[in-house]
Amino acid sequence: MSVLGLCEGVMPFLASSADAASAIAASATGALGAESAGGGIGLLHYLLVSAVSFGLGLMIVITRRNAIAVLMGIELMINGAGLNFVAFARFSATSSLDGQIVTLFAIVIAAAEAALALAIVLNVFNNLDTVQVDDARRLYG
Amino acid sequence: MTFFELAFWVSALVAIGGGAMVLLTPSIVHMAFWLLGSLAGFAGLYLHLGADFIGFTQILVYIGGILILFLFGVMLTNRSDVPVRGAVSWRFLVPGSIAGVASLGFLVWLVAATPWATHALSPPEPPTPGIGFDLMSRYILPFEAVSVLLLVAMIGATYVARSREERSDEPFDDKGEKGESL
Repeated sequence: MSVLGLCEGVMPFLASSADAASAIAASATGALGAESAGGGIGLLHYLLVSAVSFGLGLMIVITRRNAIAVLMGIELMINGAGLNFVAFARFSATSSLDGQIVTLFAIVIAAAEAALALAIVLNVFNNLDTVQVDDARRLYG
Repeated sequence: MTFFELAFWVSALVAIGGGAMVLLTPSIVHMAFWLLGSLAGFAGLYLHLGADFIGFTQILVYIGGILILFLFGVMLTNRSDVPVRGAVSWRFLVPGSIAGVASLGFLVWLVAATPWATHALSPPEPPTPGIGFDLMSRYILPFEAVSVLLLVAMIGATYVARSREERSDEPFDDKGEKGESL
């Protein structure tokens, strides 16, 4: 399967995608054409997967009104960003592990954030009997 | 198609399809389980990139920890007499779609327009010894800072999540009285 196949998969999400798709195809054949050990899977593939994941996470954060659902969207966005770091670390000229370590820290901080955010959500539910972010308007419960 | 490519496409499909189902499914419990699929897809992508330590950390921390935390949160914040309202709010559908599509389009344009300087790949080496060495040498300060952060977050989470009855010894409130106001 070629890069164009991935572009067609991304296509429904794009408003005016013809120029973007051709640019992706050109960039793929140009910059990543020499790729051999990757077996046709280049940096671009990972970047597009993480971009789609980030967009999905943003849509979930905005459209969902349940606080826990919003947190799930945030986790998707964090994962998209982490995939970027690991992909850059893999495809960088110096075989460094910096990107993987940044993703490791991101996972740890995401765990701390999830624990604290869920504690706050539980507290909001105790005080207001709801976890809908629109209903929790008063700062002092 | 080689097995290498097939593994990538399956992982990417699981990651993105799981994320799309998180967006589309109305039930919040189903959202949590589709998120499990999506996170597993990301773990597959990490493994595919040769980052096995990150991949298994992803499975342990995200799927084994954070997702279970989410499910506990769903269980603890839903009363049986109120129907679960996890569905998409129509009022925010248009702004959300605009923001999501715009950010996706911007990122795809950025990815396509940037001349990425990549090189021929060498086979990945096992990253775990290098990660351990780096964490104990170059990244020792962030490592200690993040461990303190975890401790603070854990203590803070247990403090914040206490039930109302347990906080009657609250040292401050707005009327100067003890307890009851929180």
